[in-house]
Amino acid sequence: MDIRRLKRISESCWELPPSGAMRVPAYIFACRELLQEMDDKVVEQLSNVASLPGIVKGAMAMPDAHWGYGFPIGGVAAFDPLEGGVISVGGVGYDISCGVRSLVLNISRDEIEGQISALIDALFRAIPAGVGSEGAIRLNRDELDQVLIHGARWAVEKGYGTKEDLRFIEENGCMPGADPEKVSIVAKDRQYRQVGTLGSGNHYLEIQYVETLFDREAARAYGLEQDGVLISIHCGSRALGHQIGTDYIQILGKAARRYNIPIRERELVCAPIESPEGRDYFAAMACGINCALANRQVLGALVRDVVESFLPGVSCRLIYDVSHNTCKPEIHSVGGRERLLYVHRKGATRAFGPGRRDLPHEYVEAGQPLFIGGTMGTCSYILAGNQEGERLAWASACHGAGRSMSRRAALSKWKGKRVIGDLKGKGIIVKAASMRGAAEEAPEAYKDIEAVVESTHKAGLARKVARVRPLAVIKG
Amino acid sequence: MGAKALVGVNEKRSGWETFDHIADIGIRGWGSDLSQAFSNGAMAMFSIMVEDLSRVKPEESVDIECDSFDLTGLFVAWLNTLLAQADLHRMVFSRFQIEIDQETISLKGEAAGQIWSEIDQPRGIEVKGATFSQADVRQIDGIWMVQCILDV
Repeated sequence: MDIRRLKRISESCWELPPSGAMRVPAYIFACRELLQEMDDKVVEQLSNVASLPGIVKGAMAMPDAHWGYGFPIGGVAAFDPLEGGVISVGGVGYDISCGVRSLVLNISRDEIEGQISALIDALFRAIPAGVGSEGAIRLNRDELDQVLIHGARWAVEKGYGTKEDLRFIEENGCMPGADPEKVSIVAKDRQYRQVGTLGSGNHYLEIQYVETLFDREAARAYGLEQDGVLISIHCGSRALGHQIGTDYIQILGKAARRYNIPIRERELVCAPIESPEGRDYFAAMACGINCALANRQVLGALVRDVVESFLPGVSCRLIYDVSHNTCKPEIHSVGGRERLLYVHRKGATRAFGPGRRDLPHEYVEAGQPLFIGGTMGTCSYILAGNQEGERLAWASACHGAGRSMSRRAALSKWKGKRVIGDLKGKGIIVKAASMRGAAEEAPEAYKDIEAVVESTHKAGLARKVARVRPLAVIKG
Repeated sequence: MGAKALVGVNEKRSGWETFDHIADIGIRGWGSDLSQAFSNGAMAMFSIMVEDLSRVKPEESVDIECDSFDLTGLFVAWLNTLLAQADLHRMVFSRFQIEIDQETISLKGEAAGQIWSEIDQPRGIEVKGATFSQADVRQIDGIWMVQCILDV
């Protein structure tokens, strides 16, 4: 990226002052090296977002930002409904509420060392993964509507997990405002057999151990110990979320024309939050969020069943469940005044700081836990939200490492078998539904997560709590 | 669309390929008429889901119908309709027979393939959806070319 147009306003924050149609500045949070590697398209997409009606303060990009669909991946923007603010399909993304859930086991790495291989085999049998896979749950139309209205609460009522789990999920497991009437029949039809499936691509399940602790107090609050074992699940709203995105690109495309909102990129289509189309999209997107929350709740419960039958006496507690493709109404302070804003986070994780009332009481002092997925060969991070992050970027932080090499390039460079063999040599067991998928997800095809997390930490968006390393991985 | 793509299109009057994208995958199809280009684009998309699409037999077919506001929109809608139908019928499609009406910007036809349980070959990866990113439908020297980025 040509960084000459940008003004450095702090060590890890760069500003693009408003020009042309931009209503507010754009801000990129990153160190110089990450910024230089970023695609110029990130700035172009941020200035498009900054030109949308009702945007407050600025269009922001997290340190892992790259060229996306309408919004950059890693894009954050808040809109005020009272000032004509909009809701955009591109600001949420296609895989609505894609996110990460992490469970902590009360056992250490040493204690299960010889059993990892059998445990991941058992999990691979229990968790449907990969293209064409089906879940064990079959739903009819009425039941699916209940999933879309109640999210993870539906799953708990059906016996997947416990009521206690719900406190450790964003929105307590149920996004308000969901209306299944606003979701197409096709979207629902595609989902009947997909609740409780992992999916494919960059979605995964990992058994991890805590390698390094950075913030002992937050770690204690989250139940993390040196060499402790975690199981993390990365997946989203499956076909339903995607179909909602596809359907509403058409609907909001027409709406944007009706409300005279100039759209510079097709996926940036939007409508005023307080318009019939905007309200419909919000109600449908909330269904997508609930679908993802229910899906991860079912998967979490399947994991817990396997762990508890495999390792008698070992418990499996949900630390938290984060989403990184959402638009949520939240109260934020703007110039000393509290305002209700619709915060879009596309490939960005919500990162509420200490004191925020939406957090479970155990985490109020530490702030919200965030799970930042790395690669299957390196590491992932657990971060905590900062109060400073609320001021900087509406309490948002990065979401992952981001690719440095295209899938095609990775595929021509590596064979899935070889990638799995190399990782085995490093002590990481990989179970893959697809050899092609394993090759495409080779650790070397991703950027350095350390740089992304370091920039996030230095910028004050969130702080480092723990680094975890994979012991075994299921790739969809 | 880059110069490389033009070379590819001109070398053979009908075909498909995938192309690079940083996080996802691009697909491109071309042919002497729009229907052939659309069908080839769909072949490129389903090639990602299995090791060898040519081994997926056209055993069962499904009716496909969609429309849009312009030809690019129609191509993206076509791919997303195919993905939805493939999902609903638990299938992978490998043959397409369609007619495109450029006046009404709509298409009608059928897609044929096999159900997953009968596909005996290594699986590829799931395609979540077709996007408008780099989406394009155009005629170059009498050959129709269609492309877009798939979210995987």
